[in-house]
Amino acid sequence: MLATGCNTADDILNAAHRSEVKGRSLWRDAMGRFARNRAAVISLFVLGLILIFAFFGQFLSSHDPAFVDFMLRGNIKELGGPSIENGHYFGLEKEGRDLYQRTVQGIRVSIMIGVIGSLVSVVVGTLYGAIAGYFGGRVDSIMMRIVDILMAIPFMFVIILLLVIFGRSVFMLFVGIGLISWLNMARIARGQTLTIKNKEFVEAAIASGVKPFTIIVRHIVPNLAGVVIVYATLLIPELIIIESFISFLGLGIQEPMTSLGALINDGASQLNRGTPWMIAFPLFFFLATLYAFFFVGDGLRDALDPKDR
Amino acid sequence: MFAFTMRRLAVAIPTILLLIVISFILMFAAPGGPFNAERPLPPAVLANIEAKYGLDQPYWKQITDYIYNIVVHFDFGPSFKYRDRSVSDIIAQGFPVTLKYGFWAFVVAVISGVSLGIAAAVKHNSWLDYLAVGISIGAQSLPNFVMAPLLVIVFTLWLGWLPGGGWNGGQWQYVVLPVIALSTSYMASIARITRSSMLEVLNAGYIRTARAKGLPTSRIIFRHALKPALLPVLSYIGPAFVLMITGSVLVDVYFSTGGIGYYFVNAAFNRDYSVMMGITILMGVLTILFNLIVDLLYAWIDPKIRY
Amino acid sequence: MALLDVNGLSVTFKTGDGFVNAVNGVSFSVEEGETLAIVGESGSGKSQTAFAAMGLLARNGTAKGEALFDGQNLLTMKQKELNRIRSQEIAMIFQDPMTSLNPYMRISDQMAEVLTLHKGMSKSAAVAEAAQMLDAVRIPDAKARINMFPHEFSGGMRQRIMIAMALLCRPRLLIADEPTTALDVTVQAQIMDLFGDIRKEFGTGIILITHDLGVVAGFCDRTMVMYGGQVMEEAPTDQLFAKPAHPYTKGLLQAVPRFDVDEDELRTIAGEPPDMSRLPAGCPFCPRCSIAKDRCQNQRPEIDVFGDRRRACHATLDEVA
Repeated sequence: MLATGCNTADDILNAAHRSEVKGRSLWRDAMGRFARNRAAVISLFVLGLILIFAFFGQFLSSHDPAFVDFMLRGNIKELGGPSIENGHYFGLEKEGRDLYQRTVQGIRVSIMIGVIGSLVSVVVGTLYGAIAGYFGGRVDSIMMRIVDILMAIPFMFVIILLLVIFGRSVFMLFVGIGLISWLNMARIARGQTLTIKNKEFVEAAIASGVKPFTIIVRHIVPNLAGVVIVYATLLIPELIIIESFISFLGLGIQEPMTSLGALINDGASQLNRGTPWMIAFPLFFFLATLYAFFFVGDGLRDALDPKDR
Repeated sequence: MFAFTMRRLAVAIPTILLLIVISFILMFAAPGGPFNAERPLPPAVLANIEAKYGLDQPYWKQITDYIYNIVVHFDFGPSFKYRDRSVSDIIAQGFPVTLKYGFWAFVVAVISGVSLGIAAAVKHNSWLDYLAVGISIGAQSLPNFVMAPLLVIVFTLWLGWLPGGGWNGGQWQYVVLPVIALSTSYMASIARITRSSMLEVLNAGYIRTARAKGLPTSRIIFRHALKPALLPVLSYIGPAFVLMITGSVLVDVYFSTGGIGYYFVNAAFNRDYSVMMGITILMGVLTILFNLIVDLLYAWIDPKIRY
Repeated sequence: MALLDVNGLSVTFKTGDGFVNAVNGVSFSVEEGETLAIVGESGSGKSQTAFAAMGLLARNGTAKGEALFDGQNLLTMKQKELNRIRSQEIAMIFQDPMTSLNPYMRISDQMAEVLTLHKGMSKSAAVAEAAQMLDAVRIPDAKARINMFPHEFSGGMRQRIMIAMALLCRPRLLIADEPTTALDVTVQAQIMDLFGDIRKEFGTGIILITHDLGVVAGFCDRTMVMYGGQVMEEAPTDQLFAKPAHPYTKGLLQAVPRFDVDEDELRTIAGEPPDMSRLPAGCPFCPRCSIAKDRCQNQRPEIDVFGDRRRACHATLDEVA
């Protein structure tokens, strides 16, 4: 009896091993498909440049992001434009600080909010969806009904309400964004789990008495990876947009911190003062980041989720 | 159909109640009461004010009173900031403005998006198709807070055709830019969805049957292909509505239209919780009702859904 | 003059991997009231031949050659003129009755539109006529059920509806593309019976496209065998069954399971159907042919007419038999 049990476990191990080997070749296929998508590859390259710029760009300028240049502040329109000579590559922003340093900081903050928010959604949403899909039946319908209800709430109002009540901070912004970002991921993960659940390797694990939670973590979640990566990538720009939206309203990131949305807001408020660079630079990096993420996400979707084509 | 409607309502109503309770709990969880202003008030005055707003009552009583007043009198209570105005007054003032340009933005997004999508699918791989795909990729991820300043730069500062803000009683010049700013990205998404679902439908067996029957192309597209092609669009319209409501906050603020979003953001800066709550609840109810209508439409179009 | 006269029909599809020649110089004709079977494996070009004649090719397909109906070339016809012929003169039935009816429209609307459009009938008269036609194809309780949606019918019933819809304008030619393939065996027999009745009652010419020789026997006047987008052989059905004049036909006949002979194993034709984007220079069947010679590889056999039969094969009749 014992020997048989060992055999089964071995079989499962072998099966898992085999599926891993097969998995790798699937990944290679996907990489090939991705590499053939020109827009996605270019976007990935652009994204790499933006990331390098966001995390190392501050060393290229001697100005401090918080330093107000009082020499030029009195006449920003005439003197505060982009200039190589005085080191203000992107000119000054409306308070007289160096826009280059502020932009680098803004990109960094926006991307970090997008990435961290997306990671939260990956962890919470994937587990939630996998559990709902795996157990099915009443558990599933109650869990998904909760998601439906939460999705019907205009979340932006609730986030702003949260920010106002508990004070505006990066932490609250994360809490607010985290509250809504996992909902879609949970739906997607659940749908995918439903199809994986009936595959032989899961049935083999159930038959040999592996605990449900172990099955979910060991067998279901790794197989969700493809879909989850795609939607996590596509979620990043969406979260950047949400954060920027709130910051644009002046309710998000607080001084002296900044984000792309806040910088665009500052630039937009100075539109008729003849200082177009104030909106141009943040807007350029904002759009470049967004489109790069969207195209990379689209490329990943085509590569990893062929049924969606 | 009636039973189906009732079942959907049975889900919608608890959702609305949940929304009210959540915002209520949030408000009470706030550190410091709503009247912890810059200047601390004498305790007697504070107690007086709290009694006036019913804040001295137990929480459950406050919640039930609040819900009762909303349902029966459409009364969201007084504003915490402007003592002489009720939340309902503020809604009555701002909502018609938002509704006006919001309605037009919705109509423009759906009609132009669907038309563009159909044209692109029918003329697949033509210049029109490429143009439509280009527009929808470009505009889809253009958030409205980028759209709004760009529109002002082009149409107000550069061309000088349209005012860059204000409302002026809803005169058409003042409505155009808010409508475009609010509708563009949804138009692009709707166009993309319509195009791909129309392409799929046009390859279906029943479209070949319709062609074999000798029907003219226009009849095939509008009688046979349109309904199934619009189903994915319909399921997108629900989430799009939520996003448009959100976007209206930005439009109200950026274009100073005096719509409801303006009051919401103003209330956010003033920590005027009752106004924020009232508007949040109103928008939530609108969203839920809209989703209900979409569900019913879906069931009406797709005969395979049993209700 | 033949009802439909197809001459040198070729169909080419432009795909991501280059051009695919699905049909290569196919010719045949159908007389008024005659029943012709086009037989072949999937990918032999039999369905595309019919689609080309009806102007129903996919977007990336083009047809060359002639398809003369009453002396008018269907391939060069304007859309409007072709629409007048579709349904009224030539009607078509498709393989999968599950997807051939519009799931979002009531049967009554789908059928009535044919009559309102082509015959200028009023909606109510058209629905009444359609219900009568459903009755004729033996759909029980047709008057009530005509207001239902397709998903409320079984596969066999849906194929009956498709047939009824095709017959509404009393076409002179009915093209049935694998009409029974997607159906259960018992339902298949019922549908074939229905075709027999139609032929008797309406005198409609029928082109029956199928891969199933069992369906052809006893029903079709003539049978044409296609392979690799080309005609291999055509003959009166009984003669073709009795004495196949092409090695491919012979292989097909041997592959039909027989109950009167005790066999251990089902006979099959060895090899794979050809890759239509890379057809051999000679006879397309050559790689799978048991009696192929050198010249079969390089030289395409011409169509050879003898009696009321024709075939395309380098081997002599004795070698085939």
